[in-house]
Amino acid sequence: MTSVTTDVAAPDARKAGKFVYVTAVVLLCAWVLVPIYFLLINTLSSPDTVNSFPKPFWPEFDLGSLTFFAGFAGMLTALKNSILVAGMTMIMSIVIGAPAGYALSRFDFRGKELFRLLILLTRAFPLPLLALPLAVMFIQTGLDDTVFGLALVHTTLAIPFAVLITFSLFSGIPIELEEAAWTLGCTRLTAFTKVVLPLILPGITASAIFAFVISWNEVFAAAVLTIENRTLTAFLLQNLDTSPLHLKFAGGFILVVPALIFIFAVRKYLFAMWGIANR
Amino acid sequence: MAEIQIKNVAKTFGAYQALHDINLTIQDQEFMVLLGASGCGKTTLLRIVAGLETATTGEVWIGGRRIDHLPPKDRGIAMVFQNYAVFPHLTVFENIGFGLRMQKLPNDEVKRRVERTAELMHIEQLLKRYSGELSGGQRQRVAVARALAMEPDVILMDEPLSNLDALLRMEMRAELKGVLAESNTTAIYVTHDQVEAMSMADRISVMHQGKIVQAASPIEVYRNPAAEFVAGFIGNPPMNFLPATPSGNGKWTVGGQDMNGPVSSETLKFAIRPEDLRPSETGLKATAKVVEPLGAHLLVTCDVEGALFRAVLDSDMTVKPGDVLTLAPQTDRVRWFNPETTLAVA
Ligand SMILES: Nc1ncnc2c1ncn2[C@@H]1O[C@H](COP(=O)(O)OP(=O)(O)OP(=O)(O)O)[C@@H](O)[C@H]1O
Ligand SMILES: [Mg+2]
Repeated sequence: MTSVTTDVAAPDARKAGKFVYVTAVVLLCAWVLVPIYFLLINTLSSPDTVNSFPKPFWPEFDLGSLTFFAGFAGMLTALKNSILVAGMTMIMSIVIGAPAGYALSRFDFRGKELFRLLILLTRAFPLPLLALPLAVMFIQTGLDDTVFGLALVHTTLAIPFAVLITFSLFSGIPIELEEAAWTLGCTRLTAFTKVVLPLILPGITASAIFAFVISWNEVFAAAVLTIENRTLTAFLLQNLDTSPLHLKFAGGFILVVPALIFIFAVRKYLFAMWGIANR
Repeated sequence: MAEIQIKNVAKTFGAYQALHDINLTIQDQEFMVLLGASGCGKTTLLRIVAGLETATTGEVWIGGRRIDHLPPKDRGIAMVFQNYAVFPHLTVFENIGFGLRMQKLPNDEVKRRVERTAELMHIEQLLKRYSGELSGGQRQRVAVARALAMEPDVILMDEPLSNLDALLRMEMRAELKGVLAESNTTAIYVTHDQVEAMSMADRISVMHQGKIVQAASPIEVYRNPAAEFVAGFIGNPPMNFLPATPSGNGKWTVGGQDMNGPVSSETLKFAIRPEDLRPSETGLKATAKVVEPLGAHLLVTCDVEGALFRAVLDSDMTVKPGDVLTLAPQTDRVRWFNPETTLAVA
């Protein structure tokens, strides 16, 4: 922000600042929304319209591309695999991530700060580097080309977020509530299930959905580690470059929409992850 | 029977020693107040009794049973927290009944006890509400009701009234005292408000820097402070101190005047409460500096041979700054302290 000392310049500077701000917001929105808008238009248009120019402003609501897409061989299996992998990822990342988040917020232990940093650093390590050793290891252990194997990889991707989100959720619950429960006859476990869990359940749901989306959108590991049991992303990657344009749009649409809806539903908890006040 | 014995309890946080060798016995059904300035270790001691903090060394006994290794739920205690800790996801009814449900009492018994304690705390019309829909005072009542409903042997309270406004605090003070007197529980009550301590306690333990300086009845603590710290902490305004030099045989020179005192050859401190001074023909020569009419009394801040000296006088006296007053201390109220040990001299 600019700080202005002379009162003559103040109104101008403020106006300019506001202009920059509004422009930035508009540009950012456009950057996100315009591709989605074209995706929508093209998905819901007949194949002819997709290839023509200029585009209509309103979509034609021609479901041809989508119905063809749904009938595409292997498409439904891939969808089923995607849901399975994302579901497993969701469960595993919460089961592993939430206790870690709880420990981080409630206990003091040596190396706590380092641990927090390391959790984030796992995301800084590029997956392509890991792909080959992982593939080899998976073949050795027989985990290659299985839904569970892929879910494991996705879980490691989702865990940092699960830990950070639940850490901030647990930190938002005063320790006194738990202590009060202990003095009223609870063990650590019953205090957790009767007091803490009901209070963080919405947040846990959000972080589970986020894990789901991470897995749903992940394409690299999915493409490398599966052959028969492809997830939707890997399946589309494999098939779409040979498909006509309108099918590409339909495929992109099917990938983007669930992710968008989910992220929109849990957006306030994603802010909580970075310690920005939620609610 | 729930006598609490705290034996040789010490607590260190890293290198910081928060409690030094605390020894305290609290009688069955006694109302014990822990009083002291912020940071003196009151909460730490209370939490050690509750089992929310472990003592570094020492033992805690309740009702003849050693309990310092037990989790909070097995100690027969209930606690009221400073910020109330009312569960936000439960109604007032379920909050008060929380502990009873944990004991797996039958529904009608839970209902009976919740309703009775709610009535006792005058919150029976709030039972269906959530904590977000309550005022601070109401939340405080819920917190106390929740503890009382457990019918514990010992109730521990950490500054339960500190978040309330002055009027409500006075009201709740009397109410709480009445309710607890009827409930046959032993109580430890933490506060830094000396008026609260004086008015509620059977006994007060004055704490200072992790030690208990004096544990005695309120009037004893007020009249016969065991140490200079207690004398300077209790009472508003606190006790006056003046240096005293011995002139032999129990005679002392204080503020240029002769006084009778204990037989000692060391220098001592002479101490007197501001309200135990009377204007008189002979006595300490005090120059008035500030005069504050407080309605019932007149608080005069004076100077006696360079030392700060306060007197609480009758409000129909006329005193102006600059006046020289002659104040006679009420002889049976004079106390003497040893400046080396800071302890009272008999
Ligand atoms: N968990 C902790 N870690 C380190 N130091 C602590 C911890 N808890 C308390 N202390 C220190 O111990 C001392 C006593 O704290 P305590 O909370 O018992 O004070 P208190 O008498 O209750 O004060 P107040 O009236 O402000 O509540 C303080 O100096 C505090 O900083
Ligand atoms: Mg405290």
